[in-house]
Amino acid sequence: MTALSAAPASRLMQGSEAIAEAMIGAGCRFFAGYPMTPFTEVLEHMARKLAEVGGVCMNAESELEAVGMAWGAAATGTLAATGSTGQGLSLMQESLAEITLARLPLVVLNMSRGQGDYFQATRGGGHGDYRHIVLAPKDAAEAVELVGLAFELTVKWRNPVLVMGDYYLAHTARSVAIPAPVTHTLPSWALDGSSGGTGSAKLISFLGTQKQRSDVGYDLADHYTDCAKSTAAMAAGVDPLVESMGTDDAEVVVVAFGTPAKYVHSAVRQLRSEGAAVGYVRPVTLFPFPTEAVATAAAGAKAVAVYENNQGQMIDDVRLAVLGAAPVHFIGRLSIDSSGFGIAPDLDVEVIRDRIASVLDAAAGGT
Amino acid sequence: MRIVPSDRPPDQPARLVDDFTPDLIDVGAHQLCPGCGEPVAMRSAMEAISELGLEKRTIAVFGIGCYTAFSNNLDVEVLQALHGRAPSLATGVKRASPGTVVLTIQGDGDMVSEGLQEVVHAAARGEAITCIMLNNGVFGETGGHMTATTVLGQRTKTSLEGRDPDRHGRPILLASLLAQLEGTAFVARGAVNSAGNVARTKRLLIRALETQVKGAGFSFVEILTMCPTGWFIETEEAPAYLGEHLAAVHEPGVLKDVLA
Repeated sequence: MTALSAAPASRLMQGSEAIAEAMIGAGCRFFAGYPMTPFTEVLEHMARKLAEVGGVCMNAESELEAVGMAWGAAATGTLAATGSTGQGLSLMQESLAEITLARLPLVVLNMSRGQGDYFQATRGGGHGDYRHIVLAPKDAAEAVELVGLAFELTVKWRNPVLVMGDYYLAHTARSVAIPAPVTHTLPSWALDGSSGGTGSAKLISFLGTQKQRSDVGYDLADHYTDCAKSTAAMAAGVDPLVESMGTDDAEVVVVAFGTPAKYVHSAVRQLRSEGAAVGYVRPVTLFPFPTEAVATAAAGAKAVAVYENNQGQMIDDVRLAVLGAAPVHFIGRLSIDSSGFGIAPDLDVEVIRDRIASVLDAAAGGT
Repeated sequence: MRIVPSDRPPDQPARLVDDFTPDLIDVGAHQLCPGCGEPVAMRSAMEAISELGLEKRTIAVFGIGCYTAFSNNLDVEVLQALHGRAPSLATGVKRASPGTVVLTIQGDGDMVSEGLQEVVHAAARGEAITCIMLNNGVFGETGGHMTATTVLGQRTKTSLEGRDPDRHGRPILLASLLAQLEGTAFVARGAVNSAGNVARTKRLLIRALETQVKGAGFSFVEILTMCPTGWFIETEEAPAYLGEHLAAVHEPGVLKDVLA
């Protein structure tokens, strides 16, 4: 992906503030959330900044209401976002499933604790048959870029887009440039009341949006078939983003996403500078997964290693991409400490470097 | 009873369901049970909107219940919500688009059992919306199960010998609860078990919508509706049953009107 050119308007900001600035710059004018660490600061920044541009920020009474309020605002064509931390996202899943089937745009943040929410994010998370586009930035600068992209994609595909962050992203400061504001035009499907009394009042429903003039009731078969077509078009139409290094000659390819990928990148760079044939792939879109890029990187490799701070979740997608062409090893670990925020000592370049070296040794021994 | 002679052409044209359909309901027929009170309540709500000339500003947010059959059958804009969640969606609509007139249509299972927190917080916030609860004291759509408003002694599939306070707890009288909150501007309870009550209920709906339009705060109308199927009684007994049982506990009337 293309890096942001350093603009003169760069400013030192924590990830939470950078994300808030990026959402407002992208045209977001409605935000609702319920405090939960490490999501809380995004809500704080939105409460202050949205009011300055005439937007609305709601401190909802629960995550259920936060997502409901965002749903209602989205139905008026207002660019809306909500978010939480994994547990809060769990509470929102029933609504997120139906918002998707109602074909409404919405950006959802998961400032997660560790990386245990990969399945929740990429497998739909709730009941029913749907997918969300999932973007996983590695730092605040990339988050700004991906938040802008999230709003573009959610409007284009009328499907929620999830941005996966974590404690480090939320709380680490760096110099960030905020892109120029984007103006948003109201879509034709937006509700404003004015189509009432015309004989064809608008309807936004996860049960179907076509009214049956000659009878009552919804045609669920038609609606779900349409939704499936839209999901397939979206999955095929969104270009998966990926960052990679040294995959051409790699005997071992390491795959990681989000903040931990930065540590993996460092470890791989060190090993390469010492002559080790190791490569690195970082999926930036988790759905659609960069299957082709991972498969290509693994094509000449003797082994693939996956680092993530959980019991092994993305590794399923890596295995589906590699399709048995090389053995896939899990070298991650739960990164839980007393804080519960996923900031445990496992995120250590030396530790990760040792695990990659073990996979390299085993791969070399196997020849 | 009017006897229709069959030995000659009728002296007046046949009257079709469409002839009685209010302006803001698309198809006059419905698939709800005979004797159901919900179509009458829906009709009253749509007539109230017409009479105030609000049809080009209104967005109705629907919950999930038998009445959901009307959500794609109205000529006002509709947003479909999940069970219990209509007040938060209505909040989002109203805050994002303050010029609209926003109402929720929910049942007692939806609003009081599943979604009590939503309506209480919306009321406490003084959200400028109108929440309408169709209260028949039973989960009609699932086939007659106990809700949070089922009255003591009422038989349901999950309170077979009648609702017993020791085993099932006591009903929540939502209108009374909401009337205590400072954010509520209008709180009333009507019923549709007689022509007089239908007319009174429509006046309550008009008053609630006026409260919203004037920006006075949160407005709430509970409408007691018949559910002979879920009450396991004969259709024609339902209006009287409503009066004797439901209305004896959930008493119709205006509980609060700050504009009065």
